[in-house]
Amino acid sequence: MATQTQSQFKQQLKKYYSVYTGGFIGFVILLAIAEQMGMTPKWIGYSFLFATIGLYAVIGIMSRTADVAEYYVAGRRVPAFFNGMATGADWMSAASFIGMAGGLYIQGYDGLAFIMGWTGGYVLVAVFLAPYLRKFGQFTIPDFLGERYGGNIVRSVGVFAAILCSFTYVVAQIYGVGLITSRFTGLEFQIGVFVGLAGILVCSFLGGMRAVTWTQVAQYVILIIAYMIPVVWLSVKHFNFPVPQLVYGHALEKVTEREKVLTVDPKEIEVRTIFKDRAAAAEAKLKDPATAYAADKAATEKKLADIKMNKQATPEAVAAAEKSVASYPKDVDEAKKQWTKDKGLAARAAPPRPHAEAFPGKDEAAKNTARLNFLALILCLMVGTAALPHILMRYYTTPSVKEARDSVGWSLFFIFLLYFTAPALAVLAKYDVYHFLVGSSFANLPAWAANWAKVDPTLLSIVDINGDGIVQLAEIVLGQDIIVLATPEIAGLPYVISALVAAGGLAAALSTADGLLLTIANALSHDVYYKMLDPHASTKRRLAIAKGLLLVVAVIAAFVTSLKPGDILFLVGAAFSLAASSFFPALVLGIFWKRCNKWGAITGMVAGLGICMYYMYMTYPFFGVKAPLWFGINPISAGIFGIPIGFAVMVVVSLLTKAPDKKIQELIEHVRYPHLKGTAARAH
Amino acid sequence: MQLTERHREYWRKNVRLTAILLAIWFVVTFVVSFYARELNAITMFGWPLGFYMGAQGSLIVYVVIIFYYARYMNNLDIEYGVAEEDK
Repeated sequence: MATQTQSQFKQQLKKYYSVYTGGFIGFVILLAIAEQMGMTPKWIGYSFLFATIGLYAVIGIMSRTADVAEYYVAGRRVPAFFNGMATGADWMSAASFIGMAGGLYIQGYDGLAFIMGWTGGYVLVAVFLAPYLRKFGQFTIPDFLGERYGGNIVRSVGVFAAILCSFTYVVAQIYGVGLITSRFTGLEFQIGVFVGLAGILVCSFLGGMRAVTWTQVAQYVILIIAYMIPVVWLSVKHFNFPVPQLVYGHALEKVTEREKVLTVDPKEIEVRTIFKDRAAAAEAKLKDPATAYAADKAATEKKLADIKMNKQATPEAVAAAEKSVASYPKDVDEAKKQWTKDKGLAARAAPPRPHAEAFPGKDEAAKNTARLNFLALILCLMVGTAALPHILMRYYTTPSVKEARDSVGWSLFFIFLLYFTAPALAVLAKYDVYHFLVGSSFANLPAWAANWAKVDPTLLSIVDINGDGIVQLAEIVLGQDIIVLATPEIAGLPYVISALVAAGGLAAALSTADGLLLTIANALSHDVYYKMLDPHASTKRRLAIAKGLLLVVAVIAAFVTSLKPGDILFLVGAAFSLAASSFFPALVLGIFWKRCNKWGAITGMVAGLGICMYYMYMTYPFFGVKAPLWFGINPISAGIFGIPIGFAVMVVVSLLTKAPDKKIQELIEHVRYPHLKGTAARAH
Repeated sequence: MQLTERHREYWRKNVRLTAILLAIWFVVTFVVSFYARELNAITMFGWPLGFYMGAQGSLIVYVVIIFYYARYMNNLDIEYGVAEEDK
């Protein structure tokens, strides 16, 4: 290996991954044939689960290493193209893979904040960070802060922020792993979490960044194949054209026409009126719950008594009345819960939301607030992208500054392939639902709808509210995740493709979780242990500590996940705002403003992070404070306050205190130029 | 080492390019989204323009910006003699 040149290495990688991709496609075809010959869905699911995790394990074991640079930064010889793929997998999480198209389906235009936010951030990575971090060439992001600003305080703040945002994010990923594993194999959620954890650890435990990198490339290949096949098929089915991204404008037009029809359809209005009435009744009861509870209870009991008195009543009617008495809420609190839920039905009383309409709202003020939140969310997601340590870390692994720049391009290109497709998938799925599911009869639902409604009512529930036997749009409730999961069936593909999609979702979640866990463990082992506690530790000891910590962090994360904490989407969004407020100002000013100093960085990071956490705590309903919003900004976009305050504090405090010394000035010059002749070469 | 005037010029060019590309990024992201409602009045191949920019147009621009930056800077390195030596 030592004598191998970089270009030979690249050739070899290309060969390996081409063979691998061919092999994987062959495997899918083989299972497709097996399915035709009678292999059951359960076994197809198991085959995918164990084959892919086994594959990651093989790559992980082959990449085991005892070298520090290999363990932390994959030996700094990952070519731009492959680092791009690895970053793509590292980046795209379960939320991108499974949730995003569904989010676009439900939110229409407003969901595009995620599409833009999660891609445009790479522009910031490219021009502000990647080349300079590569030139700096150490191991972690707190490393950069520690060297640039000097001292352990900055490093500690960096470690704290890195762990805070990575941990919230990794919990969401492991949750996704547990969900997919349990859904496709029938294992329990908690067991699914630990099976997934094993899958994560086999990748990273023996080989650190080196193993994670090569597994992520493999995972990218699986996830992109899995995402594309069903969408392309759906596009062929409806438009006889295999490039959905180019033709879905036509589908969008049809969806828009259909929305107009469904908005004024009398049957639809009938269903919506039923929901409106139920919600209104529940709201009235909530005004005086105690009285309403007693009155309702008496009425239910009286009905039962009346039926029992009535000699002609059928046994079924008696049973129904008995059931409604038995299932009547036990006390006022329980009844309140039920009514609050019913009050929420008001949302279903609204006509369908026009898919392409930007910032809908009941009046001009509401529309403007929607727009403000849309823009704020984009900014937080973008700046957060350019501040999440597990992504920035990947640019330490390229062989040169030049390749680091190219690599950001490839990263976004590979991410783009999926994000460019998601809006098409959402519209095509909507086209199918609006044209074929709506208007079908309950006795004869499309097969995919019937199957999924049976499997999991949180993903799809269709109830004949007005009792006419025909499906109205207002009678359908779709969960966000179903769009991607059910697309293979909507497109009429065999089960093997559904299992492939699950394997793709698993690859997306595992690859992101890998990168995050490694970030946390490295911050602890490299920054805290090696740099702060024991700078003379031997290589062997450093790696032993790193691996031990990885294990501990993984188990803690899995444990926290198995408790099923809060709202997963909020966790992901929160991670971005937190990273944006803490890291971004310190990293960018550190490179572009020589005058920025230690005290500016410390106070700025603490202020940014502090204000961001404070706002989330005060406004996010989960914490129970429910303070009024500032300018109507939702808690997920708390970074909109944290980022500018971080910058402002950093500038003001820097100017009030002493300029950084000569050594640091030289370090800044060092990172700004890919190669400065005559400067003292720094240890790489 | 003391930076030469040529080094400073390299850095100024870098900062200028960074500023231009960020301006494009800002317009495509925030200005276009701000006027999404107005842009939606224009329809092309079935897509309302505001929607299309959010769903695909802006993404294409981002990819182009990054590859352009990489190419420009890699050439600038060579021109100003600050490129890395081949390993």
